[in-house]
Amino acid sequence: MGTQTTEELLKTPLHGLHVELGAKMVPFAGYDMPVQYKLGVLGEHLHTREKAGLFDVSHMGQAVIEGPDHETTARALETIVAADLVGLERGCMRYTQLLNTEGGILDDLMVTRPADASDDGKLLVVVNAACKDGDYAFLQANLPKSVSLRIRGELALLALQGPAAVEILANWCPEAADLAFMTGVSTFFDTIPCHISRSGYTGEDGCEISMAADKAEEMARMLLSDEGVEPIGLGARDSLRLEAGLCLYGHDIDETTTPVEAALTWSVGKRRREEGGFPGAEKILGQIANGASRKRVGIQPEGKGPAREGTEIVDGEGNVIGVVTSGGFGPTANAPVAMGYVAREFAKVGTPLTLMVRGKPRPAEVASMPFIEKRYRK
Amino acid sequence: MSTVKFTEEHEWVLVEGDVATIGISNYAQEQLGDVVFVELPDVGKELAKGDEAAVVESVKAASEVYAPVSGEIVEINGVLDETPAKVNEDAQGDGWFVKMKLSDASELNELMDEAAYATFTAGLD
Repeated sequence: MGTQTTEELLKTPLHGLHVELGAKMVPFAGYDMPVQYKLGVLGEHLHTREKAGLFDVSHMGQAVIEGPDHETTARALETIVAADLVGLERGCMRYTQLLNTEGGILDDLMVTRPADASDDGKLLVVVNAACKDGDYAFLQANLPKSVSLRIRGELALLALQGPAAVEILANWCPEAADLAFMTGVSTFFDTIPCHISRSGYTGEDGCEISMAADKAEEMARMLLSDEGVEPIGLGARDSLRLEAGLCLYGHDIDETTTPVEAALTWSVGKRRREEGGFPGAEKILGQIANGASRKRVGIQPEGKGPAREGTEIVDGEGNVIGVVTSGGFGPTANAPVAMGYVAREFAKVGTPLTLMVRGKPRPAEVASMPFIEKRYRK
Repeated sequence: MSTVKFTEEHEWVLVEGDVATIGISNYAQEQLGDVVFVELPDVGKELAKGDEAAVVESVKAASEVYAPVSGEIVEINGVLDETPAKVNEDAQGDGWFVKMKLSDASELNELMDEAAYATFTAGLD
């Protein structure tokens, strides 16, 4: 995908606005996306933690899985994920992963059960941009005849994140203020029909808003008219989620990592642990019972030098015991932050590690995540 | 007389006597964005032209800085340890990286002068 020319790249409905705002555009998952605006990655990161940042996440895949009733649809999706979806209440959303037969992660996704009883039987899913074609094919191949997949390519997706996000959103959409964390509702933003949920990928309070693509720019301009809102690019999106300890698909999780190894065991539903019935259940349930041979952990490098993705982790004798899967500088932590996989005996918080940064050993230790105080609205 | 010279890898070199001060260009710092860490070599280290001399890290990525000339590191800019943002504020001044004692002054002839470098970077955008 890195070789694609600008002409071949897809554009989100906000592409023109990004360019108008002075964004530096880069290819990402087949889309021409803003990596940063005039504020720069550092400024955008800090602004999001201070006030509110607006993210265009329209490149992500939105789809509806639709069956005759909630139980049928939920059970169908449960054959390929380990979350309890049958028990998902109306208006609630859940984080889960599409699994292969080895228990590896094909993608991670958000599943929302619509709030309105008349929508029972529908589950809304949001998947990663880089994975969406494969995900849709996988879903099509695994859903029974009575349950269909409808790709909602006509929708855009915005996220407003930060401590002031909800208060600002409430100016146009008062319902936002009443939403609990990980719940959503179909409503209006001013006069624009939308689905809004209290969720995000930054470790901050905030919402994600889905609306018709041709209304996205109008909504974005309204939000940007508030002086507390700045547009935020992919650069700060990455540093924000890293500080929050959240996984990036293709880096921290992939087809070779299980939810247990990835420290996502919390997302495996209690009923699913008892019943199994998802791909790789034997392996995943075995790992829950006996522990996995490796685990994703937070890593705090000593000093100021960041350790990047791919950095080898060694023990005191120089034996390789793991690898950094995401690493950089955390602007809010004001320190380098990283995450990666280590052998199980090194996974305890406080365990000293050595990072081989450009061939030189650098001390680090296993750290608890997030690296910043989480401020989700519970 | 001292004149500043540039490489295609966006380093600058300012020679006074047989000592060259080296840093990254203003163009380079703009491309990198906020600099959060600079790893500098040890004083006394011998570098051949093209060797990795330093690493400059922005929030997002690490970039190597290569020795534009051969010689010995005689001084490093300790200010960058505490204030890496100095590279963004004054890349071609207080944000310098290292000083090198030149071992082959003729290498300077291969570098671009300011006007040639300006033409070079204009062609990159």
